[in-house]
Amino acid sequence: MNRRIFLKKSFLLNSGFWLGRKYALAGSNAKAKVVIAQNPAVVNRHQVQSDQLLALLDKAMQAYFDCDNPLQAWQKVVQPDEVIGLKVNCLSGTGSTHRELVDAVVERLKEAGIKPYNIIIWDRLNKDLEECKFQIRSRGRQVKCFGNDLAGFHPRLQVFGQAGSLVSRIVTDYCDGIINLPVLRDHSIAGISVALKNMFGAIHNPNKYHLNTGDPYIADVNAFPVFRKKIRLTIVDALEAQYHGGPAFQPQWRWPFAGLIVGQDRVAIDCIAWQIIEEKRKQKGLPPLKQENREPHYIITAGDTEHRLGFVHKEKIETIYL
Amino acid sequence: MKSYIDSLPNKKQKFTRRQFLTAAGSACIMLGLPALPFPKGSSLKAAGNDQRFVREARFYEKLSHKQVRCKLCPRECVIDDHERGYCGVRENRGGTYYTLVYARPCTYHLDPIEKKPLFHFLPGSMAFSIATAGCNLNCKFCQNWQISQVTPEQVDSYYLPPDKIAEMAGDYRAQSIAYTYSEPTIFYEYMFDTAMAGRQKDVKSVVITAGFIEKEPLKELCKVVDAIKVDLKAFRQKYYSEIVRGELKPVLEAMQTIVEQGTWLEIVYLVVPTLNDSEKEIRDLSQFVKEFLGAEVPIHFTRFYPQYLLKNLPPTPVSTLERCKAIADAEGLKYVYIGNVPGHSAENTYCPDCGQLLVARTGFLIREMNIVNDKCPKCGTRIPGIWK
Repeated sequence: MNRRIFLKKSFLLNSGFWLGRKYALAGSNAKAKVVIAQNPAVVNRHQVQSDQLLALLDKAMQAYFDCDNPLQAWQKVVQPDEVIGLKVNCLSGTGSTHRELVDAVVERLKEAGIKPYNIIIWDRLNKDLEECKFQIRSRGRQVKCFGNDLAGFHPRLQVFGQAGSLVSRIVTDYCDGIINLPVLRDHSIAGISVALKNMFGAIHNPNKYHLNTGDPYIADVNAFPVFRKKIRLTIVDALEAQYHGGPAFQPQWRWPFAGLIVGQDRVAIDCIAWQIIEEKRKQKGLPPLKQENREPHYIITAGDTEHRLGFVHKEKIETIYL
Repeated sequence: MKSYIDSLPNKKQKFTRRQFLTAAGSACIMLGLPALPFPKGSSLKAAGNDQRFVREARFYEKLSHKQVRCKLCPRECVIDDHERGYCGVRENRGGTYYTLVYARPCTYHLDPIEKKPLFHFLPGSMAFSIATAGCNLNCKFCQNWQISQVTPEQVDSYYLPPDKIAEMAGDYRAQSIAYTYSEPTIFYEYMFDTAMAGRQKDVKSVVITAGFIEKEPLKELCKVVDAIKVDLKAFRQKYYSEIVRGELKPVLEAMQTIVEQGTWLEIVYLVVPTLNDSEKEIRDLSQFVKEFLGAEVPIHFTRFYPQYLLKNLPPTPVSTLERCKAIADAEGLKYVYIGNVPGHSAENTYCPDCGQLLVARTGFLIREMNIVNDKCPKCGTRIPGIWK
């Protein structure tokens, strides 16, 4: 093979690879699925009805995984003997992830073969969890519950884009998989705080990433390999959502959405959540988030070619309403 | 440029055996000092909810819906209930803003003042140095990120109230207390009260800061401290936005405020290859210092080493530092030093008028101190600084 032939062949091979890749992406039928399950009976005068909630969760899981019963659906998320972390959001006291939702998920995980002591309910600090009536427990054979302050952070710095952080040992060392349980709510800086932003509770320096409405930091943090690998499912607690004044709990701006949003594509979930909050704000006569200079652009960044965390475009998201 | 560098004394200076042993001995003593026994009970690992470390912040305003706006640094974070500011050490609790690091240092150490570096402030003296967790910036090259980029709960801390710090400084015969390592702006209340306590025991206070602080708290601080060293990160906003996550203008204003208040100021400029070392930038900086702060304000061009999130660049070549010094000298600055290059002749202080060697340094060691009554012994020129 002379030099000319070698160069020609290399060029053709390269062109073929890139063209093939381009068409493969363009022609891909891959879509994100997001299930929105609602039932007004699930919240009655700010009280969550546990039996109704469990039924709603089952319905949403079956629809998402296209299964006949909830057990089959959960078996697609976890394997027996795995350690599963439930990342709740306890930052807003009353406006945090509902205890009843966590209980429902724990019940189904146990049925799917996960040992109680292999389930870890966690968030930033023990004190945050205690304020939400969770009991701190790091030993024994019951379900465990503790914060990053007890577990500590893995000393290796995770770096992506503009973000450099230590990640909680709960993610890096203890858990095989994470189930993300954020809340549907407005955020005074980042626009909304739902699936992607909930991972700020898993790093040591979230206070550094609220500049520029969290863009690109929230996307960057979610792009850490450890999160890509371990987050299995997101179930958004939209039982009582908040359309303004978040993330602090402001009862005057909450509304009973009485639902759950289930999916595995955090970007697609956040797109839907953004849409829901904007619609509610419009209904209540509030300006769009963009007008308040807090459009959650980090969601779009998370879906770009650099991050590839999920789908942003409407036509790429299959939304199922129950 | 070449002829200027050629005119500098030789970089490498030979040590006698005696000088080497003295330096090595001093270093060993300094390293060993923090291990000296403290009275039992003076140190205590800090717990997250320990109320002893929680004090209402001095500079903030209350907003509606339990929000607060911090007025300590130019970032002016607006913080929701239960949330913290960018610094990670101040928290909104039900609409009242608190510092969580009062009397909560995560480290203390006895350092030579030259380490800060402060070259015109009690040369050869020791500074009892403290820091808490947290910082209001996020420099990609931070060498102390394990304490500056964390929250108080993420590091072991001690309970050391201001009186205790002043007492310990006195016990170690430190002539000053240095607020350093992380960013003292964020533990302002603790620093302020400690400086007051130090004064009562005749111990001075020096602040090692990035100068990203509001005017009002800075003016108050200048009343109780004796010297401030500002880490000027660059002379371009772009660098502040991308590498430091801060703003240049408030830092320049802070340095002017320090000079106006009559507090001793020295500037450190960490020269990062390709990012803040252009001739134009150094010239602009030198002109600013001369015009707005004064030609007698010392400036230290220090060497960068790859750290934290900026590991893709090499250490600053010594020739770059020499070029920076040459530019600043040419612009008329009188005390221009090169730092992080032990043994370099530009660590020494020379009389700007007659060229007499005034203070000879090697690293943190003072080899000669020739200033007499604040003046050059040869020509009598007054040398600015705090010499006793």
